[in-house]
Formats: sequence, structure tokens, C-alpha cells
Amino acid sequence: MSSTTIQAIFDDDDVLLSAVKDLKAANYHIEEVFTPFPVHGLEKAAGLENTRIAIMSFIYGVIGLSFSVWMMNYMMIQDWPQNIGGKPSFSFAENMPAFVPIMFELTVFFAAHLMVITFYMRSKLWPFKEAENPDVRTTDDHFMVEVSTSNDVKALEDLLNKVGAKEIKTKA
Amino acid sequence: MSHYEAPIREPLINGDKSYHDISVDVAAPVEGRANKLWWIAFSIALIAFLSGIGAIIYTIGMGIGVWGLNNRINWAWDITNFVWWVGIGHAGTLISAVLLLFRQKWRMGINRSAEAMTIFAVFQAGLFPIIHMGRVWNAYYVLPLPNALGNLWVNFNSPLLWDVFAISTYLSVSLVFWYTGLLPDFAMLRDRAVKPFQKKIYSLLSFGWSGRLKDWQRFEEVSLVLAGLATPLVLSVHTIVSMDFATSVIPGWHSTIFPPYFVAGAIFSGFAMVQTLLIIMRKVSNLEAYITRVHIENMNKVILLTGGIVSVAYITEFFVGWYSGSSYEDYTYLSVGAATGPYWWAFWALITCNFIIPQSLWFKKLRTNYMWSFFISIVINIGMWFERFDIIVIDLSRGHLPSSWTMFSPTYVDVAIFIGTIGFFFVLFLLYARTFPVIAQAELKSILKSSGEKYKKLRGDNHE
Repeated sequence: MSSTTIQAIFDDDDVLLSAVKDLKAANYHIEEVFTPFPVHGLEKAAGLENTRIAIMSFIYGVIGLSFSVWMMNYMMIQDWPQNIGGKPSFSFAENMPAFVPIMFELTVFFAAHLMVITFYMRSKLWPFKEAENPDVRTTDDHFMVEVSTSNDVKALEDLLNKVGAKEIKTKA
Repeated sequence: MSHYEAPIREPLINGDKSYHDISVDVAAPVEGRANKLWWIAFSIALIAFLSGIGAIIYTIGMGIGVWGLNNRINWAWDITNFVWWVGIGHAGTLISAVLLLFRQKWRMGINRSAEAMTIFAVFQAGLFPIIHMGRVWNAYYVLPLPNALGNLWVNFNSPLLWDVFAISTYLSVSLVFWYTGLLPDFAMLRDRAVKPFQKKIYSLLSFGWSGRLKDWQRFEEVSLVLAGLATPLVLSVHTIVSMDFATSVIPGWHSTIFPPYFVAGAIFSGFAMVQTLLIIMRKVSNLEAYITRVHIENMNKVILLTGGIVSVAYITEFFVGWYSGSSYEDYTYLSVGAATGPYWWAFWALITCNFIIPQSLWFKKLRTNYMWSFFISIVINIGMWFERFDIIVIDLSRGHLPSSWTMFSPTYVDVAIFIGTIGFFFVLFLLYARTFPVIAQAELKSILKSSGEKYKKLRGDNHE
């Protein structure tokens, strides 16, 4: 059974939001929504799961912290201990307070950069990547919903018209 | 979805704007042609920049003996400029990160330009410690690399090294925060572009942003987490800069209130620079509907608050220095010795510019006046430069040994490098203003219905 994808264009975010709710209520599968700005509540209405990127950021931060502890311990305590300005480097614990700023900086460095790299990879954003929004107006003031159905295309189109879609076409 | 916002809150977007109007207005400076004024400003900035480059090359060729530094005053204009530029940078992060955490919607009209200012200012700041090294080709010694000196590592106990880590983390994190926010706006410009060359450039810059639902969800989460990371980061940066001074035993520098006082001072000077830039930009780029009187007034309120913190710090330093009765503190930069000594003019420049004149912002008439706000912002920029000059030069000029007391006079090389960085800063900012979306239009569209004048009026008419 082949399924058809319908692209519906909306010109208002509130209409879009209620339309997505209606479509979900009618048990249609929403393939994708393209919007020019973040529409609050839309990801919940479309049934999107929460993103786990913040958890990843925490893990990256822990990696950064561990790395900075290892690095400073190796360089200043183990490999080449020195007495600088009367502050000898006998043990990590004694020297640790002076290491706090760099521990913090590297935690932030790892958490921020690796999270952003993860975001770019997961959302497929990088230089020379071709844009994939089907209609250029979706970065300006229009909103596009892609809905798929495997049986009654007409019923879907009627519903879309009823909930306020401005344009409807079948995805090639 | 309810877009209700208390009618007593003034609109943040003036005029009868629709989503499409926002795109058009933000794209206008990019799509239009530069006018004569832009070219004049750009030429002046470029000449200043080139003279700075000349002075830097001369310094590297001859050594830092060409500066006015002497035996006693071994840090002067260079470190003054370094701290001044880093401080200016702080406002951008404060606006985009701290105000995001506090859900302040007015940040959206100004965050893009403020962050651009941050990045360009930190570029200038980074130049000074590097050229002050003298042998700049050895600058990589500050990195913890196994090197030819036989695994001699950097000193992690030193605030100067903390600075290396703090500034580079700050610059790079600000840069990705700024760039990630730019993606949807570059995509908007890309989809509007008619000229093939523009289309190509903005396609490249937008990283193929398509505005999918999942992308937006991640985008918002990433922005929030980055704001959460950048907030303590920005506080740490100027804290560490202040420790360059506070951990030493120079009279006037050895002070425990330096970290919070420096952070407040940084925000104070940074907001002043944002005012300077945006009051001009809103006119030149026709953005009066988006950078309104409300934005200017809110920034003035932040200036008044941070200026107050700085003033309290001055009074505390002055009082405690006097009250200690120790001759050690008789000539620190905030003391009777400084106010009446040979550097009296620098002392009083600081007090006048940072303490006295900003008090006028208590009056609503003055803090909502564009001309006065612009004037104040220039005064504060000058005053905050003097603050760092006073801390560094006045304190160093009066050390423990009266026999080595001395004065500092800059050479033309010092002056040219400083002017050069101002030129470089404006070259970058002017180019930015012509090629980048200077307002975070995607974010702004999400508040149009709650904070736009048109929608507020509609709700008012319906007696909602």
C-alpha cells in the first residue's frame, strides 16, 4: 500500500497549531513541519519526544572536567613538579584550589562545543549542506505541514481545508 | 495559544508590522546598497586600523621599548586597553545569555548586535597580551604543549594562564552561540536572495538550515543550555582578569573586592558601548521599530545599576584605604594621594565620568532621551578606560619605594595601536552591519503577537 504525502501551507502560527492538533486527533501521521520561527507548543502537539541534547551536554561537561583534572595533575604534580613562588606542588589536593578556574573553563568549553557539534551533526547542518525546506516562504512568514496518508487522500485534503490551510499540494 | 501580555507593558515592536515586514526590514540593509555615510565611516575606520597595523609591525620589529613603558610602570596602555576591550565584550553575553535565562523579551531586538560587538571587542582585547609578549612568535608557549624546552609545562597556578583559558573559552563559546542563532536568519536571507552570488553565500553561511520542527526543538534547547553555560562563563572571565591584579602585592591591586567590582564595571562599560552602537544603528539601518525607546531605557537602567555597584566599590576602596591609616595605601588609585597628586586629572576623570554624570539616569526624561543616552554612553566609555588606566598606571607609579616613583607618558606607538584597535573594531562592525541579519528576526517573530504594537492594539480594542 503506497502512501501519499500532502504538503499544506499555513500563514498563521495559531491556525497551524490548532490544525496540527486536529490532524493528530484524526490520527494522521505528521511527517514534518517547517516553520520560520519556533512555534511554542507545536512540538508537543505534533507528538515529538523531548530532545536529549542537554543530557549530552552534561556528559560532555563531565568529560571536560575529568580531562582538566587529569591534565593539570599530570603536568604540574607528576611530570614536572616545581616550587613556583613558594607554592610547591607536592600533591594534587594541596594545589587544587589554584586549579579550579581552569577546571571550570574546560568544563564549559567541552560542554558547549561538543553540544553544538552534536546539534549540527544530528540536525545535519554544515557548510555546503543544501537546504531542504520545500518552499522558500517557510523561512519568511509561511508554515508548511507534511502529512501522509495511505488511504483516503480526499478526506485528508478536506480536513486540511477545514482547519485553515491556504494551499494544498501533493508531494512529488 | 494565548499571546496575552499585560497591556501596561510597552510594545517592543512598534508600528503595524507583520511577520513578512520583519523579514523585509531585517533584510533591507543587506539587500540595499551602502550609502555615502557608510563609506565615509568605513574609510576612517580602515585608515585607523591600518595605522594600528603599522604600529604593531613596528613594535614587533623593534621590541616593546618603543612604547612608553619604564622600569617601574611595566604595564600601561596595553593592559588598560586589554581590560577595557574585554569589559566591553561582556555586555553581549549578558544580553543574550543572562536576559534569556530571565526571559526578558526585550533582549531579542538587540542581542545579535550586542553579541557581534562582544566578539569583535574580544578580538581587540586578545591582541594586547600577545603583542605585549614582545616575541609574538613564541605566543604558543602559553598553551600546555610538550615543547622543546624539555617538557616544561605552563604554570597552572598563575592567573595570567587562567586568563588564556578564560578568554579563549569565552571567545569560542560566544562565537558558536552567536553563529547558531544566526543560522535561521541566514536561511531567511538565502530564501529571499535573488542574485545568484548572494544566494550562494547565504546558502553556505546558513549550513542548510530548513526550519524543521525537530531542528527548532534542538535549537531552543541548545540556546538555553548555552545561555546557562555562558552566564557563569562571562562572570568567570572578568573575575579572572581582575585576579591578574588582585593576586599581586602591588598597593591598590591587592584587593579582595576586585572580582565582583570588575564584573560590574565590565557590564557597565559594555552596555555603554551597546548604546553607542545601537543608537546610531537604529537610525542608519531604519530599525527604529525594533530598537525602541523601551530598549534604550532598559539598557540605561542596567547602566544605572552596574554604575551604582561600581560607585559603591570606589567609595569602599577609598574609605577602607583611608581608614586603614597605612601609608601603604596613601597613594593607591582611590585615595587622597591620587586625588591631589600628579595624576589628579585621571582620578577626577574617573569620578566624573563613572560616578557623577551617570546619576542623571535616575531621571526618566533623561534616560529615555536618545541624545542624552548617546552622550552618557560616550562618557562612560571614556570613564571606564580611565578606571583601568588609574588602576594600572597610578598604582604602579607610586610603589613601596618612593625613590622609584615615576610618571608614565605614552609614545605615538601606544596611541596608534589603541586607535588602530578602535578602527579594527569599527571595520568589523560596519562590515557586519551590511552583510549580517542584525536582528534575530526568527526570535523576534515569536514575540510579535505578544509584544507587537499592532497586536496589543487589537487586543485592547477587543477589551480582552
